[in-house]
Amino acid sequence: MTAFDPVRWRPAPLLPEADARDGALLFVVAVLCFLACLTALGVIASDRAARGWIGQLGGEATVIVRPRSGETPDAAAARAAEALAGTPGVAEARALEPAKAYDLIRPWLGDIGDLEDLPVPRLVTVTLDEKAPADAARLAAALKAQDVDGSVDDHSLWIGGVKRSASLARGLGAGVFLLIGAAAAAVVAFATRAGLAARRDVVEVLHLSGASGAFIARLFQVRFARMAAMGGLAGAVAAALVGAVLRLAGGPHGVTPALPVSWADLLAILPCPLAAALVAAAAARFTAQGLIRELE
Amino acid sequence: MSRNPDAAAHLESAREIVRFDTVSMRYGYGPEVLRGLDFTLPAGSFHFVTGSSGAGKTSLLRLIALAARPSDGRIALFGHDIGRMPPASRPALRRRIGVVFQDLLLLDHLSVFDNAALPLRISGGKASNYRGDVAELLAWVGLGGRMDSMPRTLAGGEKQRLAIARAVVNRPEILLADEPTANVDHEMALRIFRLFVELNRLGTTVLIATHDQDLVARSGRPVLHLDGGRLTQRAAYGAEPA
Repeated sequence: MTAFDPVRWRPAPLLPEADARDGALLFVVAVLCFLACLTALGVIASDRAARGWIGQLGGEATVIVRPRSGETPDAAAARAAEALAGTPGVAEARALEPAKAYDLIRPWLGDIGDLEDLPVPRLVTVTLDEKAPADAARLAAALKAQDVDGSVDDHSLWIGGVKRSASLARGLGAGVFLLIGAAAAAVVAFATRAGLAARRDVVEVLHLSGASGAFIARLFQVRFARMAAMGGLAGAVAAALVGAVLRLAGGPHGVTPALPVSWADLLAILPCPLAAALVAAAAARFTAQGLIRELE
Repeated sequence: MSRNPDAAAHLESAREIVRFDTVSMRYGYGPEVLRGLDFTLPAGSFHFVTGSSGAGKTSLLRLIALAARPSDGRIALFGHDIGRMPPASRPALRRRIGVVFQDLLLLDHLSVFDNAALPLRISGGKASNYRGDVAELLAWVGLGGRMDSMPRTLAGGEKQRLAIARAVVNRPEILLADEPTANVDHEMALRIFRLFVELNRLGTTVLIATHDQDLVARSGRPVLHLDGGRLTQRAAYGAEPA
């Protein structure tokens, strides 16, 4: 055994390194961080899905064409498509084949034999210019100018619904995220109280040896911040694995169209360990200082 | 040249390390454990506090160590009225006081060296600046060969000396010791007492609470005797109560 050399001495941690509660706290923080990361991934993916849908819906319009007397529906549709194709802000206008129009209404009416005899209106799909899309009023004006009887649907009703759903999903995600953060802070505050109670001997000796409240609180702050960072890292890695599995299983479009996960989304969970450490440090410091103030 | 009366008063009070003016103390809503204490401890003095169990010796030391607050009266430490002192200033004052607690309060997860160096770490000193002093102090109290041991492996007298080393490593202006010879044999008690005498000779004010009447008698040092929370004697041992 070598003799103790004071020159090589390094101060030992003032709080005992290990505690029986540490494992349980680490697990709870890891689970909370895992849930927070999944929430973040879900919000990002659903937001992307909503933006994609809005882009698709906003880039197209549908025109329902009603034939004038003496005019066949197909002729009316062709005339409408021609009128719209020359309108500024329209990339392409195409009359939908009758078969496709019947296919669209068949689910509503059933597979009846004389479907073709019904006066089904013809549809014209309009692909709008991406840079300067024409609005519904301009399309209606173009139809009117060519004396075409048609109604323009620019999908604004659907776009509004998708936008509301997307902002609701974002709001819910932020709420869940905040709740998880508050739960993590509460868990750390509880653990700090328990840690102070369990280490009352250390706190008392430090206190009576002239340590300030901030000095003692910093010990707990550093300890719980480090532990929360480890828990945050574990939770983030687990969430990243889930995200990677979803991306690999679903490809670029995701497992479901509502959750198109991208590799770049995984970057969003990188700050998780730091965020967990900051929340834990703040909770531990606040709790410890409050308790130490009671000693004075 | 005329003397400034304020400066003279400050000088006078600064020479009093401890001043108690009709100090009483109780725990919570319980009965008073100390009643109307009036005394001063001059700088560089060496006093014993005696009295039977429950007389209030530990409570008296806790008041001076800023570990408790009086319920009545005024306490001045180093010339500062502690009742008017903001809480933020109290830690700095505590660092001028060394305390050997009755139950020692050694930290079991720290080595002998870490325990002894604790007050210096708290004071914010760099390890390279003080580790030599700590090693020297531990050698002085006879623990030079146990510096990397853990406290639970030490004998009673060694623990006692480690607690003393920790209490004096910061060169406090006053050393308080609560029953420092309670759990050691007579020979060790004398060694510990000699340590206190040596520290006192170096300028530290010493106040020791003890049951050991033999030690008190042989020391010839002044005694503060407590009886039922009241101070009944403040002269040298053997004199009539004041």
